[in-house]
Amino acid sequence: MAYPENLRYTKEHEWVLVEGDTGTIGITDHAQSELGDIVYVDLPAVGTKIGQGASLGSVESVKAVSDIFAPVTGEVTAVNDALTAAPEMLNQEPHGGGWLVKVKLGAPDEVGKLMSAAEYQAYIGA
Amino acid sequence: MSPTQELRKTPLNAVHRALGARMVDFGGWDMPVQYSGIIEEHHAVRRGVGLFDVSHMGEVEITGRQAFDLVNHAATSAVSKMAEGQAQYAGLLYEHGGFVDDILIYKVTPEHYFLCVNASNQEKDFEHIAALRQSLGYDCRVEFTSPRYAQLAVQGPLAAAVVQQLTPVDLKTIRYYRFADGEVMGLAARIARTGYTGEDCFELFVAPEHAGALWARVLEAGAGHGIKPCGLGARNTLRLEAGMALYGHEIGPDINPVEAGLLRNIDLNKEFTGRAAVVRCAEKGPSRKLCGLEMVGRGIARDGYEIHVDGAAAGWVTSGGPSPTLNKNIALCYLPAEAAVPGRTVQVMIRGQLVDAVTVNPPFYKRAK
Repeated sequence: MAYPENLRYTKEHEWVLVEGDTGTIGITDHAQSELGDIVYVDLPAVGTKIGQGASLGSVESVKAVSDIFAPVTGEVTAVNDALTAAPEMLNQEPHGGGWLVKVKLGAPDEVGKLMSAAEYQAYIGA
Repeated sequence: MSPTQELRKTPLNAVHRALGARMVDFGGWDMPVQYSGIIEEHHAVRRGVGLFDVSHMGEVEITGRQAFDLVNHAATSAVSKMAEGQAQYAGLLYEHGGFVDDILIYKVTPEHYFLCVNASNQEKDFEHIAALRQSLGYDCRVEFTSPRYAQLAVQGPLAAAVVQQLTPVDLKTIRYYRFADGEVMGLAARIARTGYTGEDCFELFVAPEHAGALWARVLEAGAGHGIKPCGLGARNTLRLEAGMALYGHEIGPDINPVEAGLLRNIDLNKEFTGRAAVVRCAEKGPSRKLCGLEMVGRGIARDGYEIHVDGAAAGWVTSGGPSPTLNKNIALCYLPAEAAVPGRTVQVMIRGQLVDAVTVNPPFYKRAK
């Protein structure tokens, strides 16, 4: 799967899409592939304030549970509720329909320090 | 295991890699955890048929005049009641009643017993049984024969339809937990109706050099039945639904068979290693017992999670995860005996939060007869 150029990536395999002062956060195709069938997603409530690198919630596959870390600082403004009924969307569309939360960016400068698509692909050896 | 030690491989290792399996270190073995996906593979076994490489499992064979006496003393089960061509589940115990391992005994002849044991315990089991032979002075031979066998498991309601295409042996004559020595693809094989999934099942023991050809031929024979290669991930979700114990989780050196609910696999009318401890525990009543759980609140109980009863930590999860067949989150756990009865509400500590679950009697899933 291609890694979109307009996303920025973390070493913990999350991505963020910045549009104005909103950041949409998800996990990468590499992450979903490593996890396998995802069966459960635990996400923070709207209004939760999260610091960069802090736990944003968790994703569980059949075999294991994994923490999701916030790629950027911000306040949660929307949660992808569709994942509750259809967690498999994280496997099917990790960079699109499987987004996790949207945040109002608290420190937009952080984004520049994340990896580009090319850097991330080099990082995972793709 | 130390990182400098190389992982052990089954004869099918290259086949798994060519199929694109995700490989993991399973107790020192480089094994496939999944091919197409655990849920898809799980459903293939419940609804059709799946093929597993379980060649990592170990074999120990006992032969000679007093082979029966040794096996009967080492194993908890009623070995004396076995017919030739029968398989029996048993525990191997320490004197204190804890498990060395759980095993399947196959009675080949009265002077030849073939034991199938857990991969990560095989050397330990062999040494345990060999030491027992020495101390009892029985006239028989204990051999570590794992390198002589590859083991393929064909599991699911359509397993017989697939295996029958490969052998002249009439599979209808092999009942559940029976086996026959015959030919598969013209090669010598032990054909056993045994398994670890709760479905109809066949396990084929063949010489390792034939494993690749047999694997390919089983997939070919099963193509019309939708057969899927299945990994250890599905093997685990299937055995969990079927309420079957896994060494290192439900059983181990610190757990005895009374606690694990395995008394039916014990013959107390004979002498065996660990008998006195088992009798003591059975008479006194175990302080803790294995129990099933179904999650009520949102969340998945995982191995090692703490369980609270009446507001206090009282037990732990031994195996847990989603049940693809039941579409519920299930677990096996140890609880104080008085709480290990169906219908109790307990709480599982999931990542810092107590989540409700209700106790149930395993198995969670039983196939229609």
